[in-house]
Amino acid sequence: MDIPYTVEIRRDTGLTNGKIGIWLFLASEVMLFGALFASYILIRSGAPTWPRGDTILNVPLATFNTLVLISSSVTMVMAWSSLMRGRFGTFRIYMGTTILLGCVFLVVKYFEYSHKFHDDLFPSTNNFLAIYFTLTGLHMLHVFGGMVVNAYFWGPGAKLWKTNPRWFTNRVEHAGLFWHFVDLVWIFLFPTLYLL
Amino acid sequence: MTSEHAVDIDKHVRIYVTVFVALMALTIVTVAISRLHLPVPVAVTVALLVATVKGALVACYFMHLISEKKLIYAVLVLTAVFFIALLALPAVTHSNGYWIHQ
Amino acid sequence: MSQPGAVVVPASHDAHEAHHEELGFWRKYVFSVDHKVIGIQYAITGLLFLLFGFSLMMLMRWQLAYPGAALPLLGRILGEARMPGGTMLPDFYNELGAMHGTIMVFLGVVPLAVGGFGNFVLPLQIGAPDMAFPRLNMLSYWAFFLGGVTMLASFLVPGGAAQSGWTSYAPLSVLAGAGQTMWLIGMVFLITSSLFGAINFITTTIQLRAKGLTFMRFPFFVWAQFVTAFLLLLAFPPLEAAAVLQLMDRLAGTSFFLPSGLVVSGQVLTVAGGGNPILWQHLFWFLAHPEVYVLILPAMGIVAEIIANNTRKPLWGYRSMVYSLIFLGFMSFIVWAHHMFMTGMGTAMAAFFQTTTMIISIPSVVILTALIISLWGGSIRFNTPMLFALGFLPMFGIGGLTGLPLGLNVADIPLHDTYYVIGHFHYVVAPGTIFALFAGIYYWFPKATGRRMNETLGKIHFLGSFVCMNVVFMPMFLMGLAGVSRRLYDGGATYAFAQPVLHLNVVSSWGAWILAIFQIPFIFNFFWSIWKGEKTEENPWQATTIEWASPSPPPHGNFLAAPEAYRGPYEYSVPGAAKDFVPQYEA
Repeated sequence: MDIPYTVEIRRDTGLTNGKIGIWLFLASEVMLFGALFASYILIRSGAPTWPRGDTILNVPLATFNTLVLISSSVTMVMAWSSLMRGRFGTFRIYMGTTILLGCVFLVVKYFEYSHKFHDDLFPSTNNFLAIYFTLTGLHMLHVFGGMVVNAYFWGPGAKLWKTNPRWFTNRVEHAGLFWHFVDLVWIFLFPTLYLL
Repeated sequence: MTSEHAVDIDKHVRIYVTVFVALMALTIVTVAISRLHLPVPVAVTVALLVATVKGALVACYFMHLISEKKLIYAVLVLTAVFFIALLALPAVTHSNGYWIHQ
Repeated sequence: MSQPGAVVVPASHDAHEAHHEELGFWRKYVFSVDHKVIGIQYAITGLLFLLFGFSLMMLMRWQLAYPGAALPLLGRILGEARMPGGTMLPDFYNELGAMHGTIMVFLGVVPLAVGGFGNFVLPLQIGAPDMAFPRLNMLSYWAFFLGGVTMLASFLVPGGAAQSGWTSYAPLSVLAGAGQTMWLIGMVFLITSSLFGAINFITTTIQLRAKGLTFMRFPFFVWAQFVTAFLLLLAFPPLEAAAVLQLMDRLAGTSFFLPSGLVVSGQVLTVAGGGNPILWQHLFWFLAHPEVYVLILPAMGIVAEIIANNTRKPLWGYRSMVYSLIFLGFMSFIVWAHHMFMTGMGTAMAAFFQTTTMIISIPSVVILTALIISLWGGSIRFNTPMLFALGFLPMFGIGGLTGLPLGLNVADIPLHDTYYVIGHFHYVVAPGTIFALFAGIYYWFPKATGRRMNETLGKIHFLGSFVCMNVVFMPMFLMGLAGVSRRLYDGGATYAFAQPVLHLNVVSSWGAWILAIFQIPFIFNFFWSIWKGEKTEENPWQATTIEWASPSPPPHGNFLAAPEAYRGPYEYSVPGAAKDFVPQYEA
């Protein structure tokens, strides 16, 4: 018994199972981050004063990190289009770069966090920092999760390319959708936390 | 894979590079604007506008939403409606004096 | 460019069969990826949790009926820390209350209705070989299992399990003991499990339906599960967010839900402050109101199947029922604040939410009315599943109608947090949903095991449960209208105004204990029938939907040949047909 439409497209929907699955998952993620954004707005609009992000946080570092994450999104989509062109070697390079850029993001974030802790700034200090650590922490978990998936397709998961290249290409596309979503969340987190 | 398909992909790659440049530029723009220290309502509007444009670029081109199937659109529209309901939550809390902060 | 991959993808049927033979005990019954096994795992775990949650409540009922009296025997077993000398401590009473609600909703009814029936029946009803993502399905069950274990383990941590009600309102919950942390972690597991399940259900329904099975040919049960999956998918993440924020408050010392200057036991709390307890209520009810429909929609689906089958008639108003279902699901996202009229919400907002609440009652009434009209003129077969389905109708009706006063701001204020509310939602969930779930167990048992459950024991189970449920919950309306608050450790004994209705506590408690006795025939019947029940062929109820086309029990892969749908789901008593049912899957 095979599950139909894992690799081939169902004609009336025009989609594979995996494509629908990943988009449904992203829809739930939208609601997760949406709830946290709503909480942020509620707490901020009820506060008598609220610090501007750049008075506490390191904007140049975060700007650098934004550029890193955007670049990783491009390399991710290039990795996928390499597979579409049948170039597995190029895929490995782009995918590897994506993972490395993810590492850079996390390392920069580590320095940001440890600098804050060094300055005695903790989540419990005030609600601005509470929101900052919660949102960026959850986002970092997502980055880490995406990196694990990408590393799987770079390494052991790539065996599938030999036996079923179309399925492998689809899976990389779905991993990419998640990775772009993580990038998209950061695009909103960056101005909200650092610049406003 | 047909050669027509490969040409298609080449076109895509050019789009990805353009989008990448636009995203980089918009990141610099949003940081630059924040240096102007505009009044908070204006700053919030501008920053969210830029972020929305950037987000839309990522969603439309990297995530291929510009040419996706109807079913995916349907799921996302539904999600968007409930997302807006969620963002109404602070308004619900603050409306007519319903507030306990002091 | 796709090549058949013999190693990664078992493409041929033979290759798969060979693979199947090799599965050992663990892969076949424990870490199975077969939707039927997972469905049965969910159902059995859910039933055990229902029994456990029910036991917690029976303990509480002792304290409510006879406040302060020592509980013979069992009181000793539970130990000095919880029941010194057999008398229940208030903290233990609170643990029982919070965990009864949590277990019944999140570990009992939802896993049984969605995880159990959804997993077992839905792929069969749409003619699919399995779920779209079998491994994700297994993961969903094990995440649920871990969540359940975490909840159970929380009874053993110092200070006991969560004590802040199933709603875990802040700031009380933020300041509570370690059990609350366990509760939150358990909830994160359960939410993850539901998300995986929802993704699977939606994808499966859309992609794996049989040839010819258009959406308007879906059995009503499939529609109900489909809408439910969307509610789980989009309503659960806000509670996950809320759980993360509360975990931060408890573990990292943040103040998302703690306002400035909060005084606890005469001391000002040393936290940053600036948080908002109302935020928790919003995020909680943004999930928990759709959750109410997660509890009731699958039940409606089961009842609709059984009523159509046993009246030997098509469902009356199938299309209106489907549209009502979709509308119900949609509206359930914009009524949440009717649980919060008492928070001091302004009149404009209250008016908005009471209007949406009144509107959402309309589709529920449409569905219930359609089900009742479906009975008209039918030659009804009164077998056990049908009795439970018929019992559902008035019980859900009482539950629904008593909800109307609670949806109106002015009427809600005196009734809020009284026993009236308890009576209302228990009528919806206990004799409502749980009756529908019993109906479903009796109805699909032959499909799962190839044997039928005993009818006599089933009828005893039904009659006893039907009477006792009403004895338990009807008095609660009277107590609530008399003004007795819920969550009182002594059931209201210290309040002068409660004295005239206090004896109803005793009635209610005895109703609950006798109800437990009437579950014994069911438990016996369930196990006895697995091995000794009357053997049946593949379609014992002469039903029309596709699940009856597969052998009983269905093999791995479900159908011997891929089924096809040729007509709508309920072609019963078609004039001129040879027999009184024309299956969907027969050309």
